[in-house]
Amino acid sequence: MNDTSTTDRPGPSPAGPPREQGATSPENRRGVLDVLARFQGVLVPIVALLVAFAIGAALIRLQGVNPAFAYTTLFRDALLTESGLLRTLQKATPLILSGLAVVIGLRVGLFNIGAQGQLLWGAIGAAYVGVHLAGAPAVVILPAALLAGIACGAVWAGIAGLLKAYRGVHEVISTIMLNSVAAGVIDWLVSFPLKEPGQSIPRSSAIDPAAELSNLGFVPVGFVVALALAGLIAWILRRTTAGFRFDTVGANRDAAHYAGIRIPLVVTAAMCASGALAGLGGAIETLGVVGRYETGSSAGLGFDGITIALLARANPLATIPAALLVGVLRSGAAGLQFETGIQPEVVDVLLAVTLLLVSIPVLARVLFGRRARDGVSLTSGWGS
Amino acid sequence: MTERLLQLRGVTKHYGPVRANHDISLHVDRGEVVALLGENGAGKSTLVKQIFGLVTPDAGEIVVKGDTRPISGPSDAIARGIGMVHQHFQLVPVMTVTENIVLGHEPISGGRVDLPAARARVQELSDRYGLAVDPDAEIADLPVGTQQRVEILKALSRDVDLLILDEPTAVLTPQETDELLRVMRELAESGTSVVFITHKLREVLAAADRVYVLRGGQQVGEVATADVDEAGLAELMVGRSVVLRVEKDPAAPGEEVLAVEGLHVADDRGLPAVADLSLSVRAGEIVGLAGVEGNGQRELVEAIAGMRRPTGGRIHLRGDGTTQGGASGAVGEVDLTRARPDRARAAGVGHVPEDRERHGLVGSFSIADNLVLNRFTHRLFARRGVRNRAAIDDNATRLREQFDIRSAGIHTRAGALSGGNKQKIVVARELSARPRLLMAAQPTRGVDVGSIEFIHSQVVAARDAGAGVLLVSAELDEVLSLSDRVLVIHDGHIVAEVDPATIDRAEIGRLMAGGRRDAQALADEWGAGGEKQGPAH
Repeated sequence: MNDTSTTDRPGPSPAGPPREQGATSPENRRGVLDVLARFQGVLVPIVALLVAFAIGAALIRLQGVNPAFAYTTLFRDALLTESGLLRTLQKATPLILSGLAVVIGLRVGLFNIGAQGQLLWGAIGAAYVGVHLAGAPAVVILPAALLAGIACGAVWAGIAGLLKAYRGVHEVISTIMLNSVAAGVIDWLVSFPLKEPGQSIPRSSAIDPAAELSNLGFVPVGFVVALALAGLIAWILRRTTAGFRFDTVGANRDAAHYAGIRIPLVVTAAMCASGALAGLGGAIETLGVVGRYETGSSAGLGFDGITIALLARANPLATIPAALLVGVLRSGAAGLQFETGIQPEVVDVLLAVTLLLVSIPVLARVLFGRRARDGVSLTSGWGS
Repeated sequence: MTERLLQLRGVTKHYGPVRANHDISLHVDRGEVVALLGENGAGKSTLVKQIFGLVTPDAGEIVVKGDTRPISGPSDAIARGIGMVHQHFQLVPVMTVTENIVLGHEPISGGRVDLPAARARVQELSDRYGLAVDPDAEIADLPVGTQQRVEILKALSRDVDLLILDEPTAVLTPQETDELLRVMRELAESGTSVVFITHKLREVLAAADRVYVLRGGQQVGEVATADVDEAGLAELMVGRSVVLRVEKDPAAPGEEVLAVEGLHVADDRGLPAVADLSLSVRAGEIVGLAGVEGNGQRELVEAIAGMRRPTGGRIHLRGDGTTQGGASGAVGEVDLTRARPDRARAAGVGHVPEDRERHGLVGSFSIADNLVLNRFTHRLFARRGVRNRAAIDDNATRLREQFDIRSAGIHTRAGALSGGNKQKIVVARELSARPRLLMAAQPTRGVDVGSIEFIHSQVVAARDAGAGVLLVSAELDEVLSLSDRVLVIHDGHIVAEVDPATIDRAEIGRLMAGGRRDAQALADEWGAGGEKQGPAH
């Protein structure tokens, strides 16, 4: 009702010119570096990736294979065949979603290590609905299965959220332990109550074909959903009051309290949102790729989400290229092993080196000196 | 006759494009007290760090007792007779006074520390310099003023000729400050020179023989304190005249805005910090809360702001909406006893928190976002949960201009600004909401003189617009010059109400200390010192 104008008060007379801000160095050769430093958010990961590929090349060479041939094989396999491209995008889909899950946590100052467990719950939840609602039309069973996956992931992460918000249990500890609990409980579920009749390996029955997520040519529908969600979350964080609450709690908890933000609610909501995204990733994996729940089929997807979120520096849109990179490497690794005998774990080395170089500020310092920004700011710390 | 202990010639230290020190020359003779005066960021700390060997100058020379060799480090400085007491104490809290003082040069006997000998040495030092300490007390149990005394003894135990004190009074109560100023004079009379850093004019005039004024990394003046007054020093510091006494019309108090009755609040440890406290603030007046820090001020303010839940009593905000300050719609009486911060704010409470870095700002956010930090859901700045960027930016552009926030633009990170500009963001945000009650806790702490003057004028303007103001400050001068009415708080109680126009410093110091006799003695001493220095206050 009242506006915030205070123009009726006497304003101060400007006392001298504003102080010089951000003075640029007079030396010209520094000029280029100044410009480049502005894009260091993009440049640092690219340089890190090149360094990682060089180290990977040495490892491949040690195994007696021409690195150029190995890399060509990897990328050709992942990108240049229609089936390879489909597989790459299918791999990237849950990675984008688990990356977004970790990003949401980081923005509130939480390090959600539990995307893996939340993703498994999403996968089994979707499989349960996909099997038990068999016979229902696609417009019922498909949304129901997706929602089941989302809800399962959200509830599982919500446990850690409530523990953090109201009991101060550190989310890294609780989510790590909940990962193990999830894996154990779900293994039991598919070994006994939900096991496919007559099968010896632990897996659920196949879902009803009506619940399957199809592909549009070589683009899986799930991938489109993941892209849309990355855009939506970027918008929520940038433009909504909810996003402002998240960022304020993440950046300065005391100031958030002062500003009247209910921190326990925000922490719980953020963990639930995080778990919902990871759960959706698991559900899409079940409905779009595997067609059932199978132990081991989603291994590592949640942990790759941590890598992706850190590579993306907690920026939701940047999870897309980061997840595509991981997807390409993981998708091409199988062909690489088939054609050259190189173990697919070389991809893990590439990712680990890249992540290390991006996370620690050393590379940015070497490249940009004093202009370097700090590395990825992680959580509010272990003590909180 | 006078021996030149220290001579600096053309000392220069640049950090990239920042000129921390530029071409500074000064000297210190034996037996004198020299003050380094300047605003925050003027280069005082950098200068003394170079004298103590912690920072190497880019250019220029530092001559110690005629010796022109560069100082290689703190141990070299100590060997050449220079001691330093840092702003943040370097004491081991779990060790005793004696252990701390002899640490690093312990008397050894039979391969073990000879504690009786160490104790005797500490006692001897304590007696010689008139710095009373209990050699067996543990540091953690001592008040800050006594810890500082231990720091000074520690420095003196290395046979120093020149003692450097970096902002020694920043952490002290008024009584402890006066005690320290006395000690500095006595040290000088016994032949030990003292260099101390401060931005408080009163301390310079009370203790120093000469003062060097630094501004923007350069030495802009050297004067004997006998030839200058506070106004002259302030002018040298900021380069223009500042109003030391706040210019304001007499208050025209209206109806009661804030009523606190029988309030009890616990501190972070759960111990009672505010006990059965009642106070009232009326529209159009500034009520100052004078007290030594830690006597319940913080808990009281946080309880009224809704950040801390009282354990008993009532907090009421009143107003019939006719006051100009009546801000955010709520009319009539509102019970804020158990309100959350957002409700207290909606009812018309503005709050400049005492720790702006911790509570008042998010350093990684833009100036624009910080200017709506606690009002981001207000209908001006958001509709149906979507933030209105244009309105937020307009608000920032207007307030940046109006409150003279010096920055490259409204999207500059708030954390990159100086203390004064950060505080202007907080003050601008709180005043722009037109609060019925403005609580300002330490509104000018760590703020340069120019910004202090501006912030004071804004607080007075809010009062004149009809807001009730509750001012909490550790700066007695600030409380006395800004307030229309002063309440003295001690140990969680209001112990007295005084008239800031007529009360004298000695009396209010006695009240702040809870009326104890030793405080009375110190206050008397200050009264005598004050006469010696002329009518500074």
